[in-house]
Amino acid sequence: MSAIRDHLNVHAQALQLREQRNGVLASNIANAATPGFKARDFDFTSALQQAVGGGDLAVTRSGHIPVGGGGGVQMQYRDPTMTSLDGNTVEMAVEQMEFAENTSRYQSSLEFLNNRIRGLHQAMRGE
Amino acid sequence: MAMNVFDISARAMSAQMLRLNTVASNLANANTVSSNEEDAYRAMRPVFETEYADQLKQSGLSTVNVTDVVSLDREVTRSFQPNHPLSDEEGYVYESAVNTDEEMVEMMEASRQYQNTLEVVSTLRTLMAKTMRMGQ
Repeated sequence: MSAIRDHLNVHAQALQLREQRNGVLASNIANAATPGFKARDFDFTSALQQAVGGGDLAVTRSGHIPVGGGGGVQMQYRDPTMTSLDGNTVEMAVEQMEFAENTSRYQSSLEFLNNRIRGLHQAMRGE
Repeated sequence: MAMNVFDISARAMSAQMLRLNTVASNLANANTVSSNEEDAYRAMRPVFETEYADQLKQSGLSTVNVTDVVSLDREVTRSFQPNHPLSDEEGYVYESAVNTDEEMVEMMEASRQYQNTLEVVSTLRTLMAKTMRMGQ
């Protein structure tokens, strides 16, 4: 069972993180007109590394304190190219681009997952 | 509060819709006059405030709330029209303090942001439908 999970792992984690990022970007777009709102985002690459376990140190004894991983994604503030007078750091063009990129990458992850699942199906049926 | 992208977008869209409604009221009252300074119409604006999700540090989700609608503190124009039925004893009427150009800009911005949010929802809905069909 865990072999199947490992087989899907990276893309499954990527899909989950992409979905979460979609929510964050949707929040930024929703708050485009709110004075003082600071746009948030997270670094997808490091979040994925952490999610699949590449980022944390190995723990060999029960007393060891795990470093990295488990803490979820690290939210950060977006560094705006130009702040507006009301302190809002949402730049529509930036957010829309990020959202467009994120949704198409979500679709690619979904496609990869589908391919893997199809492969598993074929292997099970023995065709 | 716990929220998902649909909550976020629904709230954002109703906030922008309220903003459009205030613009409509302001434009409708752009040329009204009053017989005293206090009753003269002043442009209204909604006050937006961010509402954050419970686990903001993890989820990064937030939506927008309209906390208040305020009338702008603007000087109304006093004009001398002794023949106007609403003029005061001295023959003056008080014209509403609405800048139509400003209202048009406000309207454009509100409608664009409404459309952006709607676009986000429809994209995410399509993605969710695709995800539901995963593995088929």
